[in-house]
Amino acid sequence: MDKELKFTWKDILKYGAIGGIVSLYVILVGMVEAFDERYIIAETINLGQVTLFVPMFVLAYFAANNARKIKSTAFAIIASALVGLISGAFVAALLVLGTHYNLRSVFLNVSPGLLEILHLGRESMMAAILANLVIGTVVGLAAGLFALVPHRWSNALLTGLAFVLLMGIMQELMSITFGSKDWYKPIGEFIYAKKGLSWGGTALFLVLGILLSLWRSSPSLHPGKKVAKMPRKQRVTVQLVAWALGLIILLALPRILGSYPSEILTTVGIYIIMGLGLNIVVGFAGLLDLGYVAFFAIGAYTVGILTTTGKLATLGWNFWMALPVAIFLAMMAGVLLGIPVLKMRGDYLAIVTLGFGEIIRVLVLSDWLKPYIGGAQGILQIPKPRIGSYVFKGPEQIYYLVLAGILIVGYVAWRLRDARVGRAWKAMREDEDVAEAMGIHLVSTKLMAFATGAAFAGLAGAIFAAKLGSIFPHSFNLIVSINVLSLIIVGGIGSLPGVVVGALILVGMPELLREFADFRMLFYGALLVAMMLVKPEGFVPEKTRQRELHEEPLEPEIAPDTPAQAEI
Amino acid sequence: MTNAMQSDYILETVHVTKQFGGLTAVKDLSIQVPKKSIYSVIGPNGAGKTTFFNCITGFYKVTSGDIILDGESIVGLRPDIIVKKGISRTYQNIRLFSNLTALENVMVGHHVRMKAGWFGAVFNTPATRREEAETRKLAMELLEFVGLKGFEHELATNLPYGMQRRLEIARALASEPKLLLLDEPTAGMNPSETEEMTAFIDNLRKELGITVLLIEHDMRVVMTISDIITVLDYGEKIAEGKPEEVRSNPRVIEAYLGRGAATQHEAQAA
Repeated sequence: MDKELKFTWKDILKYGAIGGIVSLYVILVGMVEAFDERYIIAETINLGQVTLFVPMFVLAYFAANNARKIKSTAFAIIASALVGLISGAFVAALLVLGTHYNLRSVFLNVSPGLLEILHLGRESMMAAILANLVIGTVVGLAAGLFALVPHRWSNALLTGLAFVLLMGIMQELMSITFGSKDWYKPIGEFIYAKKGLSWGGTALFLVLGILLSLWRSSPSLHPGKKVAKMPRKQRVTVQLVAWALGLIILLALPRILGSYPSEILTTVGIYIIMGLGLNIVVGFAGLLDLGYVAFFAIGAYTVGILTTTGKLATLGWNFWMALPVAIFLAMMAGVLLGIPVLKMRGDYLAIVTLGFGEIIRVLVLSDWLKPYIGGAQGILQIPKPRIGSYVFKGPEQIYYLVLAGILIVGYVAWRLRDARVGRAWKAMREDEDVAEAMGIHLVSTKLMAFATGAAFAGLAGAIFAAKLGSIFPHSFNLIVSINVLSLIIVGGIGSLPGVVVGALILVGMPELLREFADFRMLFYGALLVAMMLVKPEGFVPEKTRQRELHEEPLEPEIAPDTPAQAEI
Repeated sequence: MTNAMQSDYILETVHVTKQFGGLTAVKDLSIQVPKKSIYSVIGPNGAGKTTFFNCITGFYKVTSGDIILDGESIVGLRPDIIVKKGISRTYQNIRLFSNLTALENVMVGHHVRMKAGWFGAVFNTPATRREEAETRKLAMELLEFVGLKGFEHELATNLPYGMQRRLEIARALASEPKLLLLDEPTAGMNPSETEEMTAFIDNLRKELGITVLLIEHDMRVVMTISDIITVLDYGEKIAEGKPEEVRSNPRVIEAYLGRGAATQHEAQAA
């Protein structure tokens, strides 16, 4: 038999062990305990349990899927249950070991509290072990059944569950929103219990998710296809209405959501602006820039210095006068960085830009520049921007500034992408030598990419300074560059909507989960690895890249005169 | 003198030498390519043909000598300037922009004849829009000319081999060259594909009126379509002339088939 087409008892053992080890890992780094109080569904399931069971579920799902293809449905069910059972056994083993030996000298998180959780509410050890095994098996079985339902339905169910999970996580946030206005309150009380979603809320979001997914996957009801079938005039109208609706929702968001969610959205928005900029440098032009935070810092500090009314006050300009200067200086810095690295490619470029980012950070912290930019104390008392009597004072107002920034920057990026400049960037990304041999001036094309990307970051930095009202060097760490790069990759490198999705996932999600802070990097790492394995083109890939990674090349037999199906 | 040349030759290389350290890849090579001709450079592997191409297109800096395009020296210019002056090329091992569509590849080829800059693109000025539309139209026409109609939105990397070859030529043509350099356009093709490509190259001159400088391995191709052939061996010119003259030249046979074959051939001739 073909080696790839095998699924034996040994594989079941392997999948089970992997599931168990991942679950153990999640427990040992402390996630299960940290999330124990975060109820998704009131009194029933908390986020800790979700993180514990998800690895088992995923592995059992894969096992069932493979087993079903090779052998029978019955075997698939047995396989998934066994994988779950084995994974559960790992957890039970930890429980036994943790109770009898002191593991805390190595695994700090094996606390009495954790063991208590692993007891699953059973008194005796035997009952607890049994409970772990049973739960593992049940989770495995559920995954097995999940693998057997038709794809469309399992997708719908997954969307529903994702909705429930998301709304559960967002409880704290949403209850602030629901508490803010009187007529919201009944809705909030229906959806949420004291901790976690109420049963009503759970059912609501589950059904909502399922219906949405089914609607989108239905061949006759899918909104995009339906619109595509309309006559041209009607189609344009529908699209215009959709755009207008989208804009109205965006404009109304801070009023609907209230202060704290708006705060999160502005943070996400600032990352979107940076992401759109770095996307030009990395995604379009293929120049790996790890020092991107430098331009963000330059934008922020320029606005800070020029507008502050504190003890570092200089010109005391208003925000709108300082903004173009900030963008211009960031752009110049982009060009200045660009010049020495013109001849560099790939890893060398990454290292040099990384160094550039560090230089800016060190400069900002230095005693030498302290009299001008405040050193570690930063710049305080940066006045809020205002238009006439309208002051952008809180997150609900700054939100509009960020939104305007995103729309402008997004428009610029979108126009450039399909223009002569964008094509030159993409050609350069593909093959620098050939691009030059096709008449593309590498120096100016590269510098234009660096300058554009840097200008976007300068804008983001300017808004950031205005938003906080004070800036400190520690806001401009290497980690900002890494975050921006990661969000581009997760969203889909080179894709504009991908930047938005990536920022929402990587910047928005951690803001929702305060307990999450410690595991943020772990989550990034796991997500990036998983993405590279499962969906290397990102969540919202650029059209061509999706085809590059998920399409068979044309068969050479095709005669040259048969027209291919045009996709666009 | 230069003016007189201008009317006859599109490209002249004058004693071009290219050394890599101690190795002389091209040695004292002078050729004169008449306008609207198909001129072939042939020679065994490692004879310095591709190096010679790289010198002409500015990818390598020549060690000594001069290269004159249409009466104007282009030696020492950057590759992108040389494209602008009117030389474009294809590669022996196809080098398309693999993850761009066929249409985009050809449109990139036209880059050098376009003007739109950053602001033109962002503000979508009428001039930019017109230029984009014209470029698109030209690219569509070129794709049709090379037989890729219907494949405009296919990624270059997904096209079959023969189409990739022709797409590369379309991309080179998009820069509106006076002189087209083709580096082994039939490499890796079967006899019928080769025949098709040969007819295609011949057609290039007939329909578009451009001069073709060709590197080729396949003797049949060279002998069918070339007006003049230069034979290189170890970077040096060993023969030059019309196909029939080159074919019977003993030094050429020696370079290609070894010494024994050459003497045998002489004996047969005698």
